[in-house]
Amino acid sequence: MDTTISSKTMLRELLSRHYEEAFAAKAAGELIAWSTSIAPQELLETMDIKVVYPENHAAVIGARKDAQAFLDNAESNGYSTDLCSYARVNMGYTRLKESVAGNIPMPDFIFCCSNICSTAIKWYENLARDMRIPMILIDTPFNHTDEIPEHSVKYIRGQFENAIRQLEGITGRKFDRDRFRDVMKISTETARWWKKATALAVAKPSPFNGFDLFNYMAVIVCMRGKHEGLDLFKLWAEELQGKIDRGEGPWRDQKEKYRIMWDGIACWPHLSDTAKILRKNGINMVTSTYPDSWTIVYDNDDLDAMARAYSANYANRNLNYGINKVVQIVKDFSLDGIIYHSNRSCKLMDFRQYEVQRQVQKQTGTVSVIFDGDQTDPRAFSLAQYETRIEALMEMMEQRKKERLSGQ
Amino acid sequence: MNRILEIIADLQETANHPAKAVKASMKETGKKAVGCLPYYTPDEIIYAAGLLPVGLWGGQTEIKEADKYLQSFCCSIMRINVEQGMKGMYDFLSAVVIPTYCDTLKCICDNWQVAVPKTYLIPIVYPQHRKIAAGVAYLIDEYKRVQKEFETIAGRKITEQDLEDSIAIYEDYRKTMRQFTAIVGKYPKTLNAKTRHLIIKAAYFMDKSRYNAKMKELMEELKKLPAENFDGIKVVVTGILVETDALLDAFVENKMVFVADDLAHESRQFRTCARSEGTALERLAYRIADHDGCSLLYDEEKKHGQLLIELVRDNRADGVVVCMMKFCNPEEFDYPIYKKELEAAGIPMLYLEIEQKMDSAEQIRNRIQSFAEMIK
Ligand code: SF4
Ligand code: SF4
Repeated sequence: MDTTISSKTMLRELLSRHYEEAFAAKAAGELIAWSTSIAPQELLETMDIKVVYPENHAAVIGARKDAQAFLDNAESNGYSTDLCSYARVNMGYTRLKESVAGNIPMPDFIFCCSNICSTAIKWYENLARDMRIPMILIDTPFNHTDEIPEHSVKYIRGQFENAIRQLEGITGRKFDRDRFRDVMKISTETARWWKKATALAVAKPSPFNGFDLFNYMAVIVCMRGKHEGLDLFKLWAEELQGKIDRGEGPWRDQKEKYRIMWDGIACWPHLSDTAKILRKNGINMVTSTYPDSWTIVYDNDDLDAMARAYSANYANRNLNYGINKVVQIVKDFSLDGIIYHSNRSCKLMDFRQYEVQRQVQKQTGTVSVIFDGDQTDPRAFSLAQYETRIEALMEMMEQRKKERLSGQ
Repeated sequence: MNRILEIIADLQETANHPAKAVKASMKETGKKAVGCLPYYTPDEIIYAAGLLPVGLWGGQTEIKEADKYLQSFCCSIMRINVEQGMKGMYDFLSAVVIPTYCDTLKCICDNWQVAVPKTYLIPIVYPQHRKIAAGVAYLIDEYKRVQKEFETIAGRKITEQDLEDSIAIYEDYRKTMRQFTAIVGKYPKTLNAKTRHLIIKAAYFMDKSRYNAKMKELMEELKKLPAENFDGIKVVVTGILVETDALLDAFVENKMVFVADDLAHESRQFRTCARSEGTALERLAYRIADHDGCSLLYDEEKKHGQLLIELVRDNRADGVVVCMMKFCNPEEFDYPIYKKELEAAGIPMLYLEIEQKMDSAEQIRNRIQSFAEMIK
């Protein structure tokens, strides 16, 4: 590892190398998989398969303001505007295959884990059907109980074995159990460092702003099982610790006045607008419900533990878990407020938001606002509404600060 | 004919007044009732416990309270279910069962405990990988878990024989319903779109053994009559369900009859049989494993479109009507795939976006009319 470069440069290089390697592999006749963002990539990494993540790609397309053409294409083929915009952008991409945001090779098979949502199953079914390619599904039953039930663990584990058989069939190669153990180890290690780095934002001021967090997220999605990913998060954590030691905050030209959590995905097409308004007001998004989704940690090379870890994703847990989690975040990160993104794309995240907001408010007193937006569909967001909500949040946070100072 | 009209009127009355009908069934049978949200709930197990499973598929209630929990882009059927729960309309039920097939249902299940704390909740989580051994084993374990819940409510154990008896009644129901939907084409006037819908819907609020008897009598009587002359249009309808009254009326006015359906509310409930071998719970689990062509169950081959094409061919239908429940992601994802297949097969298709509660059906009415004119 070149220790002279910054983690930001490394992040950029890793991502461009990730896509270059995928294209090179495709050109060399190797198999490419498309995968959901929190899938057991350990299985694919063990088989040395190059994986591309449509959610990552769609996010970049959104951020480069290139989503509309893909959305239009999908919609003209019958996809409702009501559907997840990552899915619509990606389905559009399978036909247009060209974006200013960079391209990805077409898949030879797809890999889907339902721990992010059930929508992903439908989206991936359509990919499999349109391209007539095999689909590997890991279905993680929704956890309405506080714990992950044992029969769910058994079922997921059975699907790991099933997926391994499918992978052996697709590649014509044997699954190497020793290599698998190594990959499991690296993956857990990378996830631990990711957690460690993102948790450094508990420092006051936080050494990074949340929009940095969104950037690094791209790598935890695609390189959790790789040494390079591990190196990146170690380096990032080191840098952040340095900043904390020097008392440096998230921005050079602005102080961190308020600390907030952002619930949900970014509005990629309006990323800079949404970020600028926060920064202007000294509001730092120190964390989100998100980062922990990739804190997939299991102690040994135990498949049951791995099954449990994948099933335990925030989005796959019950309301109680969600509320406790946000309450914990409020305390750990000393939050002043919360911004809830009512993301038109993501019903699973949205339809519990109102109750989470009420409960968190009740338990912690933390003020919050909800705004309407969408992760990649530029049409679902109104800057004016966003500004008004942020102003309202500012006022509430200011008020609370005063109350606290006067000892109320 | 009089007896036919009598039975139909009776079933229509049941379908149009669910709460009253369920209470009457409870009184008649002395059973406690358990509400079942869509889809594929383990009704046989509930019935085996001596309880009455009843369907909760929304309704016509104005949405107010549910807005506290759900954004406006949630499907109307679930918003209405939550609304009705919050209004206390389900208070007389001993429990509700909520499966979690789609992201919306997961959230409904979560919100229910807070929004409708009075009605005891029994979640059930079906496997998507339902055909592989691990999926079948999982589902059997899940059935065993909920079985205990129903035993507690009923205050008694469910034996293997109870389950077998219950499955027999439900399989009889399914067979009867398959026969019923198959004769609609012969009596398109008597069994017009609205009547057909209400007859099928009534099953959700009655004890199945009583419903079966009524349906058998209805069909016996119908068979005595000659086939009805019909100069209207025969269609296959697909979607979650076909409501409101105004929508159904529009089909009737334009002489469109449903010779077959692929509705979650109707044929998807009864088109697949339980297997004959295995323990009772295995038979139930394999029924889910064998059930195909439904947007709610994983299918990488996407047989939904093929199924619609077969329904059109087998029933010599003139086209397909898509009643797309607004904001229903599973159905919306299947649509682009089967649309292409239907187009390739040269089958005319009418796409209607519906909500269970619509202020005005005018636009839809016009579209139905133009489609009818185009086919003629
Ligand atoms: S944004 Fe939501 S619906 Fe879309 S893929 Fe992600 S989790 Fe699923
Ligand atoms: S399947 Fe569709 S209609 Fe049914 S609950 Fe889910 S979103 Fe609503």
